[in-house]
Amino acid sequence: MSGTHPHDHDHDHDHGHDHGQDQAHPGQAKDEKVHGYYQLLGLALKELLIEKGVITAAEVRAAIEARDAITPSLGGKVVVRAWTDAAYKTRLLADAHSAILELGIDMGPTELIVAENTPAVHNVIVCTLCSCYPRNLLGLPPSWYKDRDYRSRVVREPRAVLKEFGTELPSDIDVRVHDSTADLRYLVLPMRPSGTEGMSEAQLADIVTRDCMIGVTLPKAP
Amino acid sequence: MRGTHDLGGQPAGPVETVPHEATFWEKQIDAIHGLLGDSKRRITVRDENRLYIESLGDDVYNTLAYYERWTAAICRQLVDKGILTQDEIDAKIADLRARGVGADDPDETACKP
Repeated sequence: MSGTHPHDHDHDHDHGHDHGQDQAHPGQAKDEKVHGYYQLLGLALKELLIEKGVITAAEVRAAIEARDAITPSLGGKVVVRAWTDAAYKTRLLADAHSAILELGIDMGPTELIVAENTPAVHNVIVCTLCSCYPRNLLGLPPSWYKDRDYRSRVVREPRAVLKEFGTELPSDIDVRVHDSTADLRYLVLPMRPSGTEGMSEAQLADIVTRDCMIGVTLPKAP
Repeated sequence: MRGTHDLGGQPAGPVETVPHEATFWEKQIDAIHGLLGDSKRRITVRDENRLYIESLGDDVYNTLAYYERWTAAICRQLVDKGILTQDEIDAKIADLRARGVGADDPDETACKP
């Protein structure tokens, strides 16, 4: 394959331009601008692949539904189990792949390591090279996880990045940043906050958010 | 030499900590990518897809949004593997525009060989 391409735009391509559909998504992060042409190309590929019988429209719809069905509540189930069952937590930290399989969650051929937060260590995950993420536990990654700013900076100045998420850690806590790969994903096991001792598993599940399993925030007692 | 995609430690700005929800278009691209690589088809391979994305070149990589990079990479792979031809893609795009889809959006060249 060739890495070269003619890219002879006659305009500044720093996203001052307006492709019309850019305006349709006011909540979009800056790395997520929509160029109308690529939407068009995506639709063209989909129609051609369906016409040629490579994929079917029903398969596309089913794949989207399957992805939508995976939400961070799956990861939350793992965390709550670890908080409430010490033997499970031991198994989870020793062999996360097998331990989540006990709960019906299959990582397939991908390895998983669960990084436990303690009073001395706080863990954060990233994929500096692309967007590798524990999708089977948390669903699609949030847009900022795939953006340049997070990927570039969290490995160099994690405390500053965490502060942007409203998370300030005591200076005597070690911050460990785990860089994911296609073959190895991480999940952060947050510390169970004090004040949650009497809570049911369902109540605990409510405070385990996606962001605290990425490690950019901490769970808070209600 | 550092690749375009190798961002760890590079200077960058503040993180936009409030994510946008994935759009339906983005989910479709994600779904198509998954289908092309599944055990029924095995047309694309995850690592190969990454290689295509990483080979888009600095300008394209830094300009396109995440799923736009995926779209460009998938397009190139389908052409390189003989699943689709560039002529078919061009004709389909013309057809979509004739149906009023993306009529105002000029061609971009990142996905062309």
